[in-house]
Amino acid sequence: MNRSMPTNNTNHNDKLIHARFLFTPPSASPQAFTLDVDIKIPGTGITAIFGDSGSGKTSLLRCIAGLESADKGELCVNGDIWQDAQTCLPTHKRPLGYVFQESSLFPHLTALGNLKYAMKRSGKVTSPDFYEHVIDIMGIAPILSRNPHQLSGGERQRIAIARALLIQPQLLLMDEPLASLDFARKLEILPYLERLHASFNIPILYVSHAMDEVARLADHTVVMAQGKVVAQGSLADVFSRIDLPIRFHEETGVILQGKVVERDKQWHLTRIAFSGGELWVADGDDELDQSVRVRILARDVSLALSCPDNSSVLNRLRVEVTELNDDDTAAMSLIRLKAGDEYIIARVTRKSVARLAIKTGDLLWAQIKSVAVVR
Amino acid sequence: MNFSNADIAAIWLTLQLATTVTVVLLIIGTPIAWWLARTQSWLKGPVSALVAMPLVLPPTVLGFYLLLAMGPNGAVGQLTQSLGLGTLPFTFSGLVIASVFYSMPFVVQPIQNAIEALGNRPLEVAATLRAGPWDRFFTVVLPMAKPGFITAAILGFAHTVGEFGVVLMIGGNIPGETRVVSVQIYDHVEALEYGQAHSLALSMMAFSFFVLLALYGFRRTQGTSHMKYGA
Repeated sequence: MNRSMPTNNTNHNDKLIHARFLFTPPSASPQAFTLDVDIKIPGTGITAIFGDSGSGKTSLLRCIAGLESADKGELCVNGDIWQDAQTCLPTHKRPLGYVFQESSLFPHLTALGNLKYAMKRSGKVTSPDFYEHVIDIMGIAPILSRNPHQLSGGERQRIAIARALLIQPQLLLMDEPLASLDFARKLEILPYLERLHASFNIPILYVSHAMDEVARLADHTVVMAQGKVVAQGSLADVFSRIDLPIRFHEETGVILQGKVVERDKQWHLTRIAFSGGELWVADGDDELDQSVRVRILARDVSLALSCPDNSSVLNRLRVEVTELNDDDTAAMSLIRLKAGDEYIIARVTRKSVARLAIKTGDLLWAQIKSVAVVR
Repeated sequence: MNFSNADIAAIWLTLQLATTVTVVLLIIGTPIAWWLARTQSWLKGPVSALVAMPLVLPPTVLGFYLLLAMGPNGAVGQLTQSLGLGTLPFTFSGLVIASVFYSMPFVVQPIQNAIEALGNRPLEVAATLRAGPWDRFFTVVLPMAKPGFITAAILGFAHTVGEFGVVLMIGGNIPGETRVVSVQIYDHVEALEYGQAHSLALSMMAFSFFVLLALYGFRRTQGTSHMKYGA
């Protein structure tokens, strides 16, 4: 997997999306917030816009698409001004693709008719290679002749994504494209999204409230709450913070990048190395030397003062306490731990924190009960 | 059924009138319906009420005011005279204008309902696919709201064929110019020519029945209702 992590560099040569919006939804709408954002997002890769429902993430996406007229707005996408004080391109003049949450296929056209609708209006020639590639990546060749109502929810979303790609956008906006699907359909589509990410060099803004999707797909994230951006950066940075004004509840956890260094055939385990040490995970089909992304949930991390040799937990890391904070319930604490250059979070009871007298700077052993390879 | 030449002239005139009115109404009724379906303005209520007024007013009231407006001393009359067009009452054009007002709700409401049922989302989707406003109308609104437009055209046509009061007020009874079928039947009855009246009246009954039958059949196959009243 050849993917670089772009930085939030304001160098003019860098690809960058700069969005500044002040927008109050019409009073009739159920959201009672004012969208007030000023963000610079990397103009490559997938950026997840993450937050609870009503946090303003869909409004932000709609402002970027020009579907909402913001009270004040500035938008510059990789050097092109889409909106500022003087100009505001209407949606149909913005070179973007948009995948809506629920099925948005035109019911009076077949699946292929929907794709042609986009191709005809892309303003560019659709090369047969590109067309074949899109059809292939989304796996939709067998269903092109069907009408939308003959397709499953997952198939409809794959057609909708293909349609958005065939408009040949400079920016792809996806508004919770999996939210309307059940769990099985969601699992069916995720691999297509991963392939999309790996195959097309289009920056994607991906709105989601599902941590598992974000962990799996995104390179960067923007976390929103009550219409404002509360954190942004790489996944590893943002989700290892415990000082944010919002909590991720049971899903609190970090995402680390590691490398497969050993496959143990006898015990069906894979050893993954990262800067803070090594982790054993259940054997998957990951190749040796392959770069993988793992997720460690805070609730699966426990702490000990000495190395517990007689524990069933395989993964033990030497860590340094860097920060303590309250969790959303009165019983629990979040503890940020440094392991090598990376951070993990432990979610333990406040009673344990008091009993072990854990404080910043302590060197402890973290026992990690479960590690999930997400990609 | 034996139709006299006068009867056939009346039938032909009626068809001409209904066709012209339907075409005019589809052209001017569509933007009105579009506006009513999508506006948030406080004017929506008053404009809706104005459009629907012919449903509750006696045709004589509408006809009376149109007659005044289009007459030699009315505002419209002054305008048409200054343009060298003479006055409109007792002409085919005057009849078209009066009928457009009278049949307006039957065309506007089905289209309005269809556009409201469509919602904003398909238009947003089309906009994200680079379709401009006209493109969106012709490639998304028109095909998706087609049943509403067809219903509107059928109702507008049928209702114009069936009008009497407004015709009498504005058009009078000029053969080949304003004497439509409904007026012709009235004349036959006045002259005690019941046989002639029967032929035309029965034709009208059959016409209305089959038009409404077609409409209901169409609605069933479309599976949607875009009509509030009328049929």
